[in-house]
Amino acid sequence: MLHMFKWKTDEFSWVDFTIDVLRILIVLAIVVGSWNTLSEGRISFAQWVNLFIAGLSQGSIYALIALGYTLVYGILLMINFAHGEVFMAGAFSTVFLAEALNRTGFLNQSPVLAILLMILFAGLVSMTVAILLERIAYRPLRGSPRLVPLITAIGASFFLQYTFRGLYGSGFKAYPQVKILQGALQIGSINIPTVQIFVFVSALVLMFGLYWLVERSRIGKAMRAVSENKEVARLMGIDIDWVILFTFGVGGFLAGSAGVINGMFRPQGVNFFMGFIPGIKAFTAAVLGGIGNIPGAMLGGLFLGVIEAIGPNLVLAGLGIPGANQLKDVIAFTMLVLVLIFRPQGILGERLSEKKA
Amino acid sequence: MALLEVKEIHTYYGNIHALKGISFEVDSGEIIALIGANGAGKTTTLRTISGLMEPRDGTVHYDGDDISGARADLLVSKGISMVPEGRGVFAKLTVEENLDMGAYTRRDKGIKDDLDRVFELFPRLEERKKQFAGTMSGGEQQMLAIARALMSNPRLLLLDEPSMGLAPVLVDGVFDTVQRIKNEGVTILLVEQNAHMALQIADRGYVLQSGEVALSDTAANLQQNETVQKTYLGID
Repeated sequence: MLHMFKWKTDEFSWVDFTIDVLRILIVLAIVVGSWNTLSEGRISFAQWVNLFIAGLSQGSIYALIALGYTLVYGILLMINFAHGEVFMAGAFSTVFLAEALNRTGFLNQSPVLAILLMILFAGLVSMTVAILLERIAYRPLRGSPRLVPLITAIGASFFLQYTFRGLYGSGFKAYPQVKILQGALQIGSINIPTVQIFVFVSALVLMFGLYWLVERSRIGKAMRAVSENKEVARLMGIDIDWVILFTFGVGGFLAGSAGVINGMFRPQGVNFFMGFIPGIKAFTAAVLGGIGNIPGAMLGGLFLGVIEAIGPNLVLAGLGIPGANQLKDVIAFTMLVLVLIFRPQGILGERLSEKKA
Repeated sequence: MALLEVKEIHTYYGNIHALKGISFEVDSGEIIALIGANGAGKTTTLRTISGLMEPRDGTVHYDGDDISGARADLLVSKGISMVPEGRGVFAKLTVEENLDMGAYTRRDKGIKDDLDRVFELFPRLEERKKQFAGTMSGGEQQMLAIARALMSNPRLLLLDEPSMGLAPVLVDGVFDTVQRIKNEGVTILLVEQNAHMALQIADRGYVLQSGEVALSDTAANLQQNETVQKTYLGID
């Protein structure tokens, strides 16, 4: 794939030339930026580790949402661009449950149970939204050209945003603080906030659950069978419509849980529009890992989270760009563009041209 | 009463009239061969019976029930199982998982026994049960496709070109197996371009031509028929 100097031997092509120049510039920027930052030594080793761990936490939230994109893509070859709103639905609805639990004191009396309850509730809300979305908006369009469900997804996205605005208002809400998540774990000079450990571990548990479901359970095998060949799956007696609905439901559940986990991690900023950026970031993560590929989405999410946390401080700050930490999104979306140019199949993905495209 | 009774079915691909009133019967315990050239409508006939396609006109009766246009996934638990053309194994599932999918509709205790039975029929599959189906040879994939179809414990097995793309040595093996499956009491509807082999194991046969039944007779008589010999058996 890497015909680095193809233009020297073959016929000269401006496209190849531009891509090669781009490649060299990117490598240069990264090397120079990192060199500058590291030689200045403004950031200590412990701080790098902290950034890395914060990145992993944020990344595991992206991963949970990214799984929803990838599951649906794997089975329908469709990007559900309303998935960010599925995430929002669970996160937004559960704020009210969290507030109620906080008012009664239950949230801090038995925090484990309370958080589990919240995750379950958010998961079910998002699952319901995802299932309704499939049933009402996407199923009637199955078999139509791929642009049609894509546009529908964008419409559904707006519909959901403004429905929830109508339901809960346009103001920002915040998840209440949970006391046991406030501390930090001290290992030598490295200080890891408890909430980050909570985020990472609970995301890991959910991902492991999904892995088990897809790899070991009967319905998981059916999901894989449907994603490979719908017609043959029908000949096995598999009800395709049910499996697709189930897939949307699972993706929705993960997104809803991610909503609560995200609420513990970043309490502020829960409102009807909150799904947009995480939605696109998670989509980026899914593409990064190879869309349709489940381990790819997990890896892509974690990778994006870490790059986003470390990249601005390492590369952008070193290049003398002011306020580098505000430029996380630049890093994330630059990654998306770069992946699409240089490795469209993603880290773990197979070449699309072979079968699925 | 016939196990399968196809009456005057007309099936279309868009505007293309693929089946123009095909009728035939399959009795319990028989092997019936559908032979014919490319595009004669053999595969379309199987797809119409298995529910992958809907006839625009005509009926399909199975075990006395009208199943015309019924959903494919619901027919599996009624005892109809189909091995699709080109095998259609799930390449990214292991051999064992493919067989699990064959038994998807079942929840009874007999699954384990059927798995043993299938492994007895195809010992090769047992050796490879942890292997991804996509990494196996064409012959092994064909075995897997047939084994998977048997896992639903069918009464009627629809086989679409089981010999396609296989080396001649393997073709004999496949037809041997089909005969053994019949001896276990499964009724078989076999679609084949390899008319020679098909008629050797079949009880009766139907010759399809441009979406219509051109000839029907016992397999022995069809083998002696001059037109069949010339057109499908390559005998001058």
